[in-house]
Order: sequence, then structure tokens, then C-alpha cells
Amino acid sequence: MPNCDVKGRALMIPYPVLVFNGFCRSIMALTLDDVRRAAHLARIAVSDTEASAALAQLTQVFGMIEQMQAVDVSNIAPMSHAQDLVLRLRQDVVTETDQRQANQAVAPEVEHGLYLVPKVIE
Amino acid sequence: MTYQTLQSLAQNLAKGACSSVEITQDYLNKINELNPSLNCFISVDPARSLAQAAQADQRRARGEAGPLTGIPLAHKDIFCAKDWLTTCGSKMLSNFVSPYDAHVVESLNAAGMVTLGKTNMDEFAMGSSNETSFFGAVHNPWDLNRVPGGSSGGSAAAVAAGLAPVATGTDTGGSIRQPAALTGICGLKPTYGTVSRYGMIAFASSLDQAGPMAHTAADLALLLNAMVGFDGRDSTSLERPSTDYTGQLTQSLKGLRIGLPKEFLAAGLAPEVEQAVAAAIAQYQQLGATFVDVTLPNMGLSVPVYYVLAPAEASSNLSRYDGVRYGHRAAEYVDLMDMYKRSRAEGFGAEVKRRILIGTYVLSHGYYDAYYIRAQKLRRLIAQDFVAAFAHCDVIMGPTSPTTAFKLGEKSADPLQMYLSDIYTIGVNLAGLPGMSIPCGFDGQGLPVGLQIIGNYFDEARMLNVAHQLQQVSDWHLRAPTAGVQL
Repeated sequence: MPNCDVKGRALMIPYPVLVFNGFCRSIMALTLDDVRRAAHLARIAVSDTEASAALAQLTQVFGMIEQMQAVDVSNIAPMSHAQDLVLRLRQDVVTETDQRQANQAVAPEVEHGLYLVPKVIE
Repeated sequence: MTYQTLQSLAQNLAKGACSSVEITQDYLNKINELNPSLNCFISVDPARSLAQAAQADQRRARGEAGPLTGIPLAHKDIFCAKDWLTTCGSKMLSNFVSPYDAHVVESLNAAGMVTLGKTNMDEFAMGSSNETSFFGAVHNPWDLNRVPGGSSGGSAAAVAAGLAPVATGTDTGGSIRQPAALTGICGLKPTYGTVSRYGMIAFASSLDQAGPMAHTAADLALLLNAMVGFDGRDSTSLERPSTDYTGQLTQSLKGLRIGLPKEFLAAGLAPEVEQAVAAAIAQYQQLGATFVDVTLPNMGLSVPVYYVLAPAEASSNLSRYDGVRYGHRAAEYVDLMDMYKRSRAEGFGAEVKRRILIGTYVLSHGYYDAYYIRAQKLRRLIAQDFVAAFAHCDVIMGPTSPTTAFKLGEKSADPLQMYLSDIYTIGVNLAGLPGMSIPCGFDGQGLPVGLQIIGNYFDEARMLNVAHQLQQVSDWHLRAPTAGVQL
């Protein structure tokens, strides 16, 4: 039995499992909804055809990624940097100069130094 | 044909045998002739290059020339270069003229080098074959029907075909080393943090590193000297005492311990690659080295770990491309959300979108622990394997790529197959270690084979010494393609 908490989030599943009853979300079985949800989060328009194609390829890639689940990682700290570097601090002084003109030279639409976008607030 | 090395170019310039303008014009002529069949340059601007060369000549006339002054090079199109189109191989930035110079560009400009152009690359550095570029695939100079490797395929092909004596590249999962191997040149990825990423378009920030690509280890060392250094504008840039990477080149290799991981003899390694690599490694015995069996038990996890972490970081880094301040904006949209979604759908190619989706998914609620955090933990195991191995050896050697250059289109339909070809290079990025590839032979079809040398943290000078010594007793690095391209 995979470990599941009451809210249905899968915790440590040591091997790929198929979709269980509504209480457990599998890691492995990607659905079209997963693809659409990820696409929405990533702000990328995806047609139904593209979503299906993406689902097939992503399922394959995630099948490969599942190999990670076989290893015991219980006593290991995550590593985001080889030397476990802590971000450097600097003096709180202004060092940037006004580059607006140079930076806005490549903008799609600007007016009076402002970037133009569609109305945000209805 | 023999290549020009940085040393021979510098000597000719020093004794006045030719000017930087003449050398630059020479390379520009070759680019004009061969780029149509190789497609390794995205942007060339002869007037700008020649103006820069003229300035270098003036500097020389004033007695202010250094070892790199007046020497041309090509920059991978991932480096922002002021007033140059900087596309990152993508439609998203196909109209982006950079308002500033990357640290790498600034440093090499300051050394007096001349920019020949911006080289083609896999889109946003995502790829191992230079087939995902918006500007079309790059062709391998050794066989025009084959890939040069990626993502720094344009830089590799340019150097291999003699269109530039040296080039810059970047390496996140092997993108300097693998194309170097597939095109028969040398490429080095330094220790993470040694070369500033300021102005280098970000793919996976904890893995990306810039590095030199050239014909010889000595040339790599010269370029590295000019590229390395603390830069406050990169929050991951390391403050370290400065090193002369040419300083150890001529040292004897007597007593060198070469680690040979048994995991490198994996399934999928082409027999001819294995043979060429084994023969090169055996030569090191004559140079005074001994061999040590080492093990990297978690190496098999490198590919899955990388394909969680790199896409995750990419999904975050590429979220800046929203059509607002720069880059592609869709022509039609109904509201802001639609503008974002269409601009990004139109601006990104299939592989980039695929990786953004993977990254978004593994970072999303409910999956973050199972994927992203788990991958970060396995990353530590992979790094620890290398640290343990380096207790018993000075450098680690093996193949750079499981195969020689494959045919265009052969793997592009199967992303997973493409990902698996990174098996030897990826662990080095995950651990933040320095790695390099040098030519060590050819297969039966005349395609180059690369030997990978992996060093301990900050040990680039020793790695370059190890490479240089092989290049004193062999000539793989001097071979030029003739079948693919008339030079």
C-alpha cells in the first residue's frame, strides 16, 4: 500500500503505481489535465493536438525520471550548489545607473518611458 | 591543412608578419565561403569586426598588446554582446539587439580579441545536437549529413572547420564537451562559479558555465586566463586567488593517478568509441601515469536527476520571456494572459516548451518534494561519489559521448534517446566539477572521438597539463576535416 495522507497527496512511493482510488494521486500517470495545468502555470498556449503529443512525450520522460524513486534519500540534505554556497551580501548603496533608454530600445511597445501592455484591471 | 593556434597567431602579429585586420578579413572570407553549408554562424558583421581589428592594431602600435590582442574569435549566441543581435538560437529573441556585454564578452574585448560573429546553438541551450535552433541545424564539418553535437554546435563547427581559431561555449549538461568530441576539437567546462554568468542567457542557473573551445589545450588555457575572475554582478561568482592556467602545461605526468570508473563502460557505448578512448588512456601509461579503478555508484541516476533539475530551473529562468520588455510579442491577443500565452507559444520551439512543462510540473504543488527535492538530494549523492573517487586519483577519464556524430534527424524525434546520450557529461555539471574533452581518435567512418578528462574542483591547470602532454605525443587535435568541407 502506498503511503497517502488523508488529503490524497502521495508521499514516499518507492515504485511506480497506477492511479489508485480518489484518495491517492499517482506520480506516474500523467493526464491531459496535468499537461494543460502545467501549460497554464507556464503561460504557454497549448492546443489539444499539442497537449496530446506533449502528454505522450512527457509520459516517456517521466517514466525515465521514476528511476529516482528507487533510492533511499532519507538522511540526505538537498544540494543546490557544489560548495553549498550561501548568497553573498553587498553594501546597501545604489550602483545601477539609469539605463532606461538603452533597455527600452528593444521593447515591443513603449510610450513616455512606460512599457505598454493590455489592460490588467477590468 | 594545419590550424592556426593562438600562439602562432600571436607570434605573427608580434613580429608584424600580418595585422589583425588581415587575419580577421581572412577568417571573414572563410566564413562567407563555408557558412552556407555549415550554418554555424547566426550573425556576422564584417564592418564591426574589421573596426575592432583596426583598434587592436592601433593598440599594438602603441605597445599595449597582450597575448590575445588582435586575435579573432566566435561567441556562442547565448552571450549578450552590445549592439549585436543576441538570439540564443530562438525565435523569442530573434529581434533582440543586446544593450550590454556579458562578462565573457567584455573580458575578451578588453584583452583585445576581435568578434567574428555569433554562433548557432540549440535553442536556449537545450539540446545535444544543434537541431533545435530556430535558425536551422548546424552541420558537422566532418560529414555534412551529421550533427556537430550541442548545444554549442555552432562554436564547435566553426572552430573545427577553421572559421575561427577559438570560440566561447556554455555547458549545462555537456554542451561544450560533447560538441567538442563530435567535431574533433578541445573544449573545457570550468568549475562552477569560476567564470561569471553575467550577461550569459540563463538556462539552468546552478549548472550553467561558460568555457573556451579551441584546437589545443594550450589555447584553452590562454582563453581561460582571460575569462576567469571574480565578478560581483554574478551572485554565484567565486572569489579565489588568480591562477595562470598555462602555468602547469609542461609538467611531467610521472606519478599522475588516473581514475577509471567501471560505470563508464555502460551499455550503449559504441565499440569504436570505447577502443579509441582506451587506446588514448593507455598512452598515458607511457607518459608516467598509473591507473586506479574507481566507482561512481550513482552515475546511472545522473540523467533522471538532471532532467528534473535543469527543466525546473529553466522553467523559472524562461518565465521572463513574456513579450513585455523585450523579445517576441504575439501580433494578436485579447488580454494580458492571452498575450503571455501566445507570445510564449509562438516564441519557443518544441524542445524548450517540453522542458518548461516538465519543469513547471516538477515544481508544482504536490510534486515538489517527490521530484525537485528528491533530485537535489540525489545530486548530493552524485557529487559525493566524485569526491570519494578523487581521494584515490588526480583526474578521472572516460568517453565524452557514447557515440560519434549521429545523422541529422536520427534522434530528434525521440527526446528520451537524445537525453540518454548525455550520460557521461551530466554528472560533472551536477557536481559542479571541471570537465574537458580532447580529440583522441576516429571511428571507422572517419568521425572524431573525444576523451573526457574530469578534474577535482579548481584543478583546471592540472587537467590542461594532462591534455597538453597527450597532445605532445599525438596529433589527433591537428587533424582537419577534408571529406565534409573543402578548407
